[in-house]
Amino acid sequence: MCGIVGLLIKNPKLRPQLGQLMLPMLIGMTERGPDSAGLAVYTSAVGANERKFSLYAFEEDFSWQKLGHDFQQHLGSAVTMVPQANHAILTTHLEPATVRVWLKEHYPSLHLLSVGQLMDIYKDVGTPAQVAARYDFASLQGTHLVGHTRMATESAVTPSHAHPFTAGEDFSLVHNGSLSNPNSIRRKLEPLGIEFETDNDTEAACRFLQWRLREGDDLKTALMAGFDELDGFYTFLMGTRNEMALVRDAFACKPAVVAETDDYVAIASEFRSLAHLPDVKNAHLFEPMPEELYVWKV
Amino acid sequence: MESLDLHKISVRDLNHFLHKEAPAKGVKQVEVLNPDGAHNIAAGMDYATTIDIQGHGGYYVGGMNKHADITVHGNVGWGVAENMMSGSVRVKGFASESAGASGHGGTLIIEGDASLRCGISMKGIDIVVGGNVGNFSCFMAQAGRLVVCGDAGDGLGDSLYEAVIYVKGKIKSLGADARVEEMTDADYAAVKELLDRAGFKHDPKEFKRVASAKTLYNWNADANQEY
Repeated sequence: MCGIVGLLIKNPKLRPQLGQLMLPMLIGMTERGPDSAGLAVYTSAVGANERKFSLYAFEEDFSWQKLGHDFQQHLGSAVTMVPQANHAILTTHLEPATVRVWLKEHYPSLHLLSVGQLMDIYKDVGTPAQVAARYDFASLQGTHLVGHTRMATESAVTPSHAHPFTAGEDFSLVHNGSLSNPNSIRRKLEPLGIEFETDNDTEAACRFLQWRLREGDDLKTALMAGFDELDGFYTFLMGTRNEMALVRDAFACKPAVVAETDDYVAIASEFRSLAHLPDVKNAHLFEPMPEELYVWKV
Repeated sequence: MESLDLHKISVRDLNHFLHKEAPAKGVKQVEVLNPDGAHNIAAGMDYATTIDIQGHGGYYVGGMNKHADITVHGNVGWGVAENMMSGSVRVKGFASESAGASGHGGTLIIEGDASLRCGISMKGIDIVVGGNVGNFSCFMAQAGRLVVCGDAGDGLGDSLYEAVIYVKGKIKSLGADARVEEMTDADYAAVKELLDRAGFKHDPKEFKRVASAKTLYNWNADANQEY
């Protein structure tokens, strides 16, 4: 099943309340996705030469302080670490490739969730309320976010299999639905140098889009190619640096409803996740049409 | 009139009231406050009463309804009035997918648009939609009538049995075995009666009739699986 939520704040005054406004949306989708939850949040950008890395440690008592210390010792470069439970955001001006290699060599058990200048990813197993409490989602600030509550149907329940998935920098994708050809997509992309981290179907969709974007497609063209290549059911909600985008497959078996006011654009699988939003009674409410790309800009 | 607030009681409590206490007390009018998209509101009614839902409903509003007249003063999620037997459900806003699915009887009126698969597998229900209907509407519909005052999406009436569809606007495409047929006096009278029931002002002369060509009723070995 799964639930998706997205919130883009138009009114800058409300951006400090992004997490607070979103939290009941995510928890409202618990019945659709009780086993894992996660989100990608777009916050203020790091410096032009910096990148931030969202990291996940499977051990609860993992020492982020030691990692920061080792990083500075080995690479001779300043780093900031912002830990929160099993998760931490590492910010550095070193090249992503350098950081990746170093992490793989020295901390192979760590899971690198995302790389970017604006985006942080948090995801874990547990009910949406548990995950939200563990990572203090209520305190999140920023322009927009995409979130997911998972009811696994095709691969294991682990933090790595939870959504969002990411492809390239500052791109995130959450998925309600299932794909029937993730393995053939994988067989097509791996020889092209695209690496997979899990056997999850959504990751296959994400890598497919990553490949198309890498080849020069814009998001719309990449998604049009997806209509031909991705076999299955999906409502995809995506985040980029300055956009939130949504698309549903031709059969539109997976729901979505949009509420738009002067202050925000909110998306959820069902209206019950939007009912608490301020002034939702006067919002423009609509259901996105199948095979149409909807894009909202920050 | 009884007023029940879903911020104060659960849907289970509400439906228990509607199924047991309302008939016992002879309640003729019920108002439901703060529905906030909850599922199964007023599902399984078996009692003639008027129910006003003040806001947006979730999935299966008025599902399996018998006798009750239900009005939603807002939008509804999937499967509104699914498998309805009698009575009526009116949606003032739009309805999500599979509105009136498998309905056996009664009238479903949607003042706004209905999404995909409206009237899928309907079995005698009458559905009147003030706006458009989405793709694959009336798929395998067996009996009953669907009136669409706006446009219809792709694959309208695919694999129809005896249900009849009347469309005022454009039809994006017809499904397998569906065809546009001549309107007869009986059809004009039927459209007028259904529009009157819904309270929609349209000229029945502007509607087209879509029904089954019945080429799928019998197996045709020569078709070579191509339909």
